[in-house]
Amino acid sequence: MNENIVIKTEKLTKKFGDFIATNEISFEVYEGEIFGFLGANGAGKTTAMRMLCGLSIPSSGNATVAGFDVYRETEKIKKHIGYMSQKFSLYEDLTTLENIQFFGGIYGLPEKTIKEKSKELIYQLGMESEAHKLVASLPLGWKQKLAFSVAIIHEPKIVFLDEPTGGVDPVTRRQFWDLIYDAADRGITVFVTTHYMDEAEYCNRISMMVDGYIKALDSPINLKKQYQAQTMDEVFYELARGAQRKSD
Amino acid sequence: MKTLKFLLRKEFKQIFRNPIILRLILIIPMVQLLILPLAADYEIKNINIAVVDHDHSPYSQKLLNKIASSGYFRLTNFGSSYSEAFQLMEKNKADLILEIPSNFERNLAREKNEDLFLAINAINGTKASVGGVYLGQIIHSFNQDIRQDWLPVNQTSTPQIEVASINWFNPFLNYQIFMVPGILAFLVTMVGAYMCSLNLVKEKEIGTIEQINVTPIKKQYFILGKLIPFWLIAMFVFSLGLFVVARLIYGIVPLGSIFALYAFLALYLVAVLGVGLLISTYSNSQQQAMSLAFFFIMIFLLMSGLFTPIEGMPFWAKWIADVNPVTYFIEVMRMVVMKGSGFAELKNHFLIMFGFAVFFNSWAIWNYRKTS
Amino acid sequence: MKQFLAFVRKEFYHVFRDRKTLLLLFGLPIAQIILFGFALTNEIKNTPIVICNYANDPISHQITDKLGAGDHFIVQKQLLSHQEIETVFRKGKVKLIVVFPPNFQYDLYHQNQAQIQLIADASDPNIATTITNYATRIIMDYQQGLSPSKDVPYSINTETRMIYNPELKGTTNFVPGVMALVLLLICVLMTSVSIVKEKESGTMEILLVSPFNPIMVIFSKAVPYLVISLANLVIILLLSVFLLGMPVNGSITLLFAVSALLIITALSMGLLISNVADSQQSAMLISLMGMLLPTMIFTGFMFPIENMPWPLQLISNLVPSKWYYIIVKSVMIKGLGFEDIWQESLILMGMTAFLLVLSIKKFKPRLS
Repeated sequence: MNENIVIKTEKLTKKFGDFIATNEISFEVYEGEIFGFLGANGAGKTTAMRMLCGLSIPSSGNATVAGFDVYRETEKIKKHIGYMSQKFSLYEDLTTLENIQFFGGIYGLPEKTIKEKSKELIYQLGMESEAHKLVASLPLGWKQKLAFSVAIIHEPKIVFLDEPTGGVDPVTRRQFWDLIYDAADRGITVFVTTHYMDEAEYCNRISMMVDGYIKALDSPINLKKQYQAQTMDEVFYELARGAQRKSD
Repeated sequence: MKTLKFLLRKEFKQIFRNPIILRLILIIPMVQLLILPLAADYEIKNINIAVVDHDHSPYSQKLLNKIASSGYFRLTNFGSSYSEAFQLMEKNKADLILEIPSNFERNLAREKNEDLFLAINAINGTKASVGGVYLGQIIHSFNQDIRQDWLPVNQTSTPQIEVASINWFNPFLNYQIFMVPGILAFLVTMVGAYMCSLNLVKEKEIGTIEQINVTPIKKQYFILGKLIPFWLIAMFVFSLGLFVVARLIYGIVPLGSIFALYAFLALYLVAVLGVGLLISTYSNSQQQAMSLAFFFIMIFLLMSGLFTPIEGMPFWAKWIADVNPVTYFIEVMRMVVMKGSGFAELKNHFLIMFGFAVFFNSWAIWNYRKTS
Repeated sequence: MKQFLAFVRKEFYHVFRDRKTLLLLFGLPIAQIILFGFALTNEIKNTPIVICNYANDPISHQITDKLGAGDHFIVQKQLLSHQEIETVFRKGKVKLIVVFPPNFQYDLYHQNQAQIQLIADASDPNIATTITNYATRIIMDYQQGLSPSKDVPYSINTETRMIYNPELKGTTNFVPGVMALVLLLICVLMTSVSIVKEKESGTMEILLVSPFNPIMVIFSKAVPYLVISLANLVIILLLSVFLLGMPVNGSITLLFAVSALLIITALSMGLLISNVADSQQSAMLISLMGMLLPTMIFTGFMFPIENMPWPLQLISNLVPSKWYYIIVKSVMIKGLGFEDIWQESLILMGMTAFLLVLSIKKFKPRLS
């Protein structure tokens, strides 16, 4: 992790009619960081992430991602980021290999690179025997790992992960985080939202969103000290106690 | 441009991995094309006539023979009372009731004038009108016969205008050669537009579209990637319909330029698939897309001149027909198949269809938002 | 019972919150009534025709004027060669050529017979027949005028009465057909797709594992469409009566009862299709693409069923809307009562029962 800022937001706001999903949030993310974006369901995490990915235009405020403006340069942002959506991002009716080839091609990788990368990826994930199976037949944990690998196939500057580990056992979750560490080591900034508080421990810094505001922004160690808590769970409880918005 | 290649590869793989849908896409239109043209026949024949003959004279018998041998009518009953015949009409077993009063022949000979009574089931206005005209012609001819029998030679004739009608392009008034091209056109339209539209919305519903929106794919290419596979499928279905069903089963061979027909089809499909894509950009679920598509396709069908002529519509309806791409395709189909038309006669149609294609697809691309 | 109502309420919310689907559910019947009532007819007005008058005598001119009077034809006078006729027809605007041979009037009076040729563009045999019919009628009328029957001995007059539809309105034919079409198609489509959607999204599994009777769940899906269809029926009737002047001579209660029966039939068909279809797309392909044209054609309001080859007539007997159409015509237009339609009603009830039983039996919760 170095001092370059890859994401910068200033009073970023998104309103849906009268409802303010994210309320003037400001923060910075450094290159190579694993940045956790925590909060309860409905706190505004996904909305914030979608603005940073160029999927949604903010109502007010500013932000740049990889140096590009989120209002006017959304397509440029997309060239430099990867994304793993909450609702599965792979095509269930294509095989593992076909999904890898497709997204590789979409990101403009040359054929040769795609071939090499596919072999590499499948080997790294240990999915040689699943290479030609339809994604629909894979267990959830493997789908997630595959989706992540596909999201960074083009070695983007930043990868956005929206609740990537929902629904799997702790062992598989741990394996997933190994992949995240791996990516961060290669210099890819990881911006991950989650509501699993134990995963917060794995991040370099986290921010906590409550009711559309950022209530905390620091490393897990510092936060635990600040709130005299043993775990991030307790920190969250402290912060979110007064929350108005329970869940979406 | 290369992204288009990857998009198409993915689309084709997905489509061909779904054998049920593929089979449905082929079978449903072909079966309909086989059966429906046989049913879609406006010709008025087999008009059921119930006769109430109070006279039972040789001449009333002659009249009945004339009616029966005309080929238009089916004599369904010989009754003795009007109310009995009317019951039949209520039960839809009689379309017309002819009542011949008692002493018909005698009164005609004596008074030189007599009346017949005709009741027509006019629920189907066209059938009624045509039935009435046919019967009127038969009675008129019967009347002439009577005069020839009973009057001296030089007094029999009144000046007779004979109407000789000749039918061009379709001398036997074959309805099938008229309906098959039109029905095929409509079936191909339905398949193309529906499937293309649903396909795009399905990605929205499942959520994979978000993954697409977050990549640098240009939206034109994405839309094009959705259009091309269904364009090919629709072309294939059309060819199957034209060269297998129409030719082998109905014996229909287009008189005009097949090249022109296919050129127009190609352009038309772009326009119509564009409508499907446009609908999907306004829908968030397959059910919504389907509802919108059903609504518009139904209107397109009714206002295309497939079943009822555009010439009979009021001016506001003609406008609707004018902005309906299906109208033009059906017209082109009929012109090429039956009248032997080629590029020259279809210039305007090409221009207009090009306009539609550009309009709908541009709108679809403009309306598709990668960023909301 | 309370649970059932809770499901029904949820389904109502689903339906009414979806504006685009509402467009279809209410907009389509209204659009169809307007189109069928005002725009769709087999009668044609203001058709351009060309008269080639080689005779140029008073009678041919009188006949020409008569053809041009009234709103059937727009007359152009031109002498065309065979080749030119073909070109004119190819362009597509002129549908009929009337040819008076030279010496028309002379032949008529000196040989008591003369011929007028009507050359029709029969690429649309429907239009050709209709226009030829019009022209023939006008010419026959003229002929009648030439020699009024009073002066000719032994004349037979025909007194004609049009029953059920004295003004020969096309609506009486179409409106019951539109009712049948709309009720059947919309219900089948909506039910099949909405049930399959739950199957696809997995929420069906949840419902099936719950303590609720799955049949109740399915029925709750059908109820909103039942209510909406009945509402549609009211709208269609109101529009037809007030906008199109259609008569309602029979019992409205009977009408609603039979309509409810058809709706239930349609809902059962939808249920059956949802059992067979594996995805929303298949459900839609079968219920919409597969049923739209056949229902329109085999109900019998666009094309006379008696014209069809007998195997097709048999097929039309399998289409529930065909029986409904007959019943509605009898009740609404002819003003008949139950005694007259009990046979058709029985058939419809039989179909309904059969489909219901079949679809309930086949309802296998596929939990793949």
